[in-house]
Amino acid sequence: MKLRFTLGARRQEVEVAPGRRLSELLRDLGQTSVKVGCDAGDCGACTVLVDGAQSCACLMPAAQVEGRVVETLQATEDELRARLQASFLAHGAAQCGICTPGVMMAALELLRERPTPSGDEIDAALAGVLCRCTGYAKIKSAIGDLGAVPVPAPEAGHAVGAPVARLDGARKVDGTELFGADVGPAEALLVRAIRSPHFHARFHFSDIAAWAEAHGVTVLTAADIPGENRFGVIPPLADQPALAEECARHLGEAVALVVGGFEVVEPLDLDDFPVTWEVLEHSLTEEAGGTGAAPQLHEHRLDNTLIRGRVASGDAETALDAAAHLAEGAFQTSYVEHAYIEPEAGLAYLDGNTLVIEACTQAPVMDQEDTARVLGLPMNRVRIIPTAAGGGFGAKLDLSVQPLIGLAALATGEPCRMVFTRRESMAASTKRHPGTMRARIGADAEGRITGMAFHGDFNTGAYASWGPTVATRVPVHASGPYLTPNYLATSRAIHTNGPTAGAFRGFGVPQAAIVQESLYDDLAASLDMDRLAFRRLNALRDGDRTPCGQVLATVGLVECLDALAPHWEAALERAEAQNAEGGVIRRGVGIASCWYGCGNTALPNPSTIRIGVTASGTLRLHQGATDIGQGANTVIAQIAADALGVPVDAFELVGPDTALTPDCGKTSASRQTFITGRAAEAAGKALRDVILRQSNLGGAARISFEGGRIVVRDGETTREIDPGAMAPDENGYVLTAEESYDPPTTMLDEDGQGTPYVLYGYGAQLAEVDVDMALGTVKVRRMVAAHDLGRVINPVLAEGQIEGGIAQGLGLALMEEFIPGRTENLHDYLIPTIGDMPEITSILIEKPDPEGPMGARGLGEHVLIPTAPAILNAIRHASGARITRVPALPHRVLAAIREAG
Amino acid sequence: MAEANSYIRPDTLQAALEARAAGDVVVAAGCTDLFPATERKVLPGPVLDITGIADLARIEPRDDGVHIGATATWGDVIAAPLPPAFDGLKAAAAQVGAKQIQNRGTVAGNLCNASPAADGVPPLLTLHAEVELASAGGMRRLPLAEFLTGPRATALRADELVTGLFVPLEATHGQSDFLKLGARDSLVISITMVAARVVIEGGLVTEAALAVGAAGPVATRIGTAERALIGAHLDPNAVTDEMVAAHLAPIDDVRADAGYRATAAGELLRRSLSRVAAKGAP
Repeated sequence: MKLRFTLGARRQEVEVAPGRRLSELLRDLGQTSVKVGCDAGDCGACTVLVDGAQSCACLMPAAQVEGRVVETLQATEDELRARLQASFLAHGAAQCGICTPGVMMAALELLRERPTPSGDEIDAALAGVLCRCTGYAKIKSAIGDLGAVPVPAPEAGHAVGAPVARLDGARKVDGTELFGADVGPAEALLVRAIRSPHFHARFHFSDIAAWAEAHGVTVLTAADIPGENRFGVIPPLADQPALAEECARHLGEAVALVVGGFEVVEPLDLDDFPVTWEVLEHSLTEEAGGTGAAPQLHEHRLDNTLIRGRVASGDAETALDAAAHLAEGAFQTSYVEHAYIEPEAGLAYLDGNTLVIEACTQAPVMDQEDTARVLGLPMNRVRIIPTAAGGGFGAKLDLSVQPLIGLAALATGEPCRMVFTRRESMAASTKRHPGTMRARIGADAEGRITGMAFHGDFNTGAYASWGPTVATRVPVHASGPYLTPNYLATSRAIHTNGPTAGAFRGFGVPQAAIVQESLYDDLAASLDMDRLAFRRLNALRDGDRTPCGQVLATVGLVECLDALAPHWEAALERAEAQNAEGGVIRRGVGIASCWYGCGNTALPNPSTIRIGVTASGTLRLHQGATDIGQGANTVIAQIAADALGVPVDAFELVGPDTALTPDCGKTSASRQTFITGRAAEAAGKALRDVILRQSNLGGAARISFEGGRIVVRDGETTREIDPGAMAPDENGYVLTAEESYDPPTTMLDEDGQGTPYVLYGYGAQLAEVDVDMALGTVKVRRMVAAHDLGRVINPVLAEGQIEGGIAQGLGLALMEEFIPGRTENLHDYLIPTIGDMPEITSILIEKPDPEGPMGARGLGEHVLIPTAPAILNAIRHASGARITRVPALPHRVLAAIREAG
Repeated sequence: MAEANSYIRPDTLQAALEARAAGDVVVAAGCTDLFPATERKVLPGPVLDITGIADLARIEPRDDGVHIGATATWGDVIAAPLPPAFDGLKAAAAQVGAKQIQNRGTVAGNLCNASPAADGVPPLLTLHAEVELASAGGMRRLPLAEFLTGPRATALRADELVTGLFVPLEATHGQSDFLKLGARDSLVISITMVAARVVIEGGLVTEAALAVGAAGPVATRIGTAERALIGAHLDPNAVTDEMVAAHLAPIDDVRADAGYRATAAGELLRRSLSRVAAKGAP
């Protein structure tokens, strides 16, 4: 049909299928700020205004906007949008930015009607837009504090510690940021996958060639893969095929690709694809999978055991037998889905004989290695250019679209793009490991921990992915940040036909923390001690030895607990006062701590940063750490700027791009601020030394880049360097520095003794919750989080990490349960909405670590570890209900309340 | 028979009924259930879009009751000046999805989709709502409880369109309420939900309509509990869990188990009645 409508202020007349989703029409018209997160009205990322009313563009047939006015973030009135954008930047309200356009459109609707909205009004207006990064707090303050503007860039030498607005923020708040689905020419071929509808099935193709010819498409299967058809983040255990061969090991595993013109492939019905399935027995839980009777997923992995982990020190059994107070329990956690709002997507094309892949990722160099292996190409013929990642949280560390679109591009010679549907994303991506865990912890009569024994079985799903990392990390961390002289922690990663469990913010530590922190409340009760005082008594301190035998230089946990203490007392008083009034709602307060080692466990993981000055005097920072919203683009630049002695806006940022930026490793394990930060600090200092040597001035001199020249001033003396007079190196730089840092960890012995990480971060959080004693519903009212960051690089970004981590921890505790085959959407799988979030107070503690850049520690994963146990302990304090299985859905809480009597 | 990809959007009911009679079509309005049911980028057809028929969007009080047109959205219900007997329906409207859904989704579509967890059904049951059905052959009205025949099943004939809902005058009296229980704050499918409408005269309950949803194949009135309230001061505790549970047939699913649903429904009904009692006489 010929459709007439107004887009922003411009009349449009377009030819379109009347039933086409408005979101697709708008994107075809260049409105790529309209993001598609679910195609089901569950996420709100495609929110636009239709005649001023917020609507999910994915749920509107194009025909229904006939004669109407449609507004997107790119096409709306300028004035209010500009104020909102400034406020979003000032408050750090956009992290990854994928939900930002939808959030802003919902906010615009509200602000037109209510220029100074209340918190409840903001909650109501934004209830339909999911954000997985921010925890909504900064979004709420940005809308409530319209008129805020970003602070000016700090002077040279003062970037670290300043609330520098996100350097890549402008394009996140104006809708021009390009994510995986936003790149690629319109004529790129479209790739769709045929996926297993069964948990475990052998399959047979019949006449693929005839089907392909009938539909005018290309079909690719494992037989077309030119290289080694297996990948995996831990090379010796690589076991995952890009396209399954003969047997699919989990629901949603890709078995074939259909490639062709967009207009052919998009509407194609894949149900008649010529494949037959022979359904096999399957297992979905660690209990069912971990035996010889279960279907065995991989050769040489007896009883489906991928790996076991162990840390032992002292004599745990003897200590527990002799303990004056003993707590023990068994706990269970669920599969948890990352639920980033951006489904996996990307574009592949050939540039000469180099295969270029632009896709969302957290690990460009690992993508390069594995894609090259699968496609039989040398590394240097694969170039990975990460697009903006619309959230990652661990699952975008693994390959997703990369080998598939790469294969399609090689096979067809054409640019090929692929965008996972929400269902594909949830079926095919990795998950947080479900855990079945049990532990015993003992204390002496004075309340000092004497010993702990822990075992966790983790469902690692069909393929190895990061299962070994979880199995290794958990025993190292299961004691929590407490002095535990006698310790035995073991773990086992078990294959099942469930989705592959991989990396998810915390690598198993959040699950283990639920066990340990719940038992700590049991011990405090047995000792009749205040729960915070009990934790403070046992907190690791400077010079203490961990269960791995590592002596810790600096530990900020006591400082965190002390910072929480006044809030703790006040919260307990509030709870007591509220509960004295009676009623069906009971208030409770809970507390939990965390520690978390930054970087790979006992393995090398270097980062390299290059800074250079071109002949024209441009200063470039090659920043290869992928920014998935956490802020590496800003934080690394802040560190480099102070080390070099220039303002942070003096840099032109380059990368990440495997052809342009040295390897900064993967964005995981809370390692970028620490490890890439160290490399940035070293590179900044090294370039400073080079410049000072050139200018023959002393260490106190000030460096600036002015009109193509480098100006160095020291007191009354000024020297100028003319970059144009020097010869550039092979990277095009006349002056340059490139520095690497790799944390000096050691291998762990068979008892897990050694130095798994050289640096840890610490924190503690308290939660105040209301429990409905008749319905079992839980409302988290307030959280206070104190985290030791060593040195705060950027306080606004740090708070954003804390608030976002708490949101994910709250989801883990109360609502998130991925059930394979049943919850592959965002209405059966629930993540927190704006109204679920409590008021959050962040307290940033700075106890510098000698190994961190300028003393800084990592933070990204730490922040969600204490949240769930703090909430569970608060539920128990309120209601007596001891929750041993998360999520604590209302029916489980009510059952636990009744069990507690 | 219309082509599979055809899409028509007539501007008169007459034209729509003719199209409906001519062949099997997907009737589309707010599309908030139709689009989530497909991963396709184009709504599978043949589609008969009724949103172009201006008359169907109205909500209007008439002499014999209140008419809610078939394309009236949840947002329209929230904005309409309606008596307190509709407070329950308005509260449900404000909790269907979030604003994006409320701005597009229609009350009538919620009924046609016939999900056991349809939030509109319990309040409409308490309002004695009737569904207006039109075909080329004429109009008929069905009580809502007869229109909904099971999960995802209705009495709508292949040649009929729902043109609206009708709430009879006698059901527009009293105070009303709606409570929804879900595992998160908003944008959530109900674990269970309840609606209550009570008429109090001279301090005594003269009429009570109670309904529970998402605790059986279709939402249902709780007649035993209604009768227990009549003729007395409004006492929420007159409604017992046993009375409520006897009317329900809940299932276990990802959101809750069956036993919990029955228990929660009783508790929610009592709370809803307390809220009604607190409102006083309309």
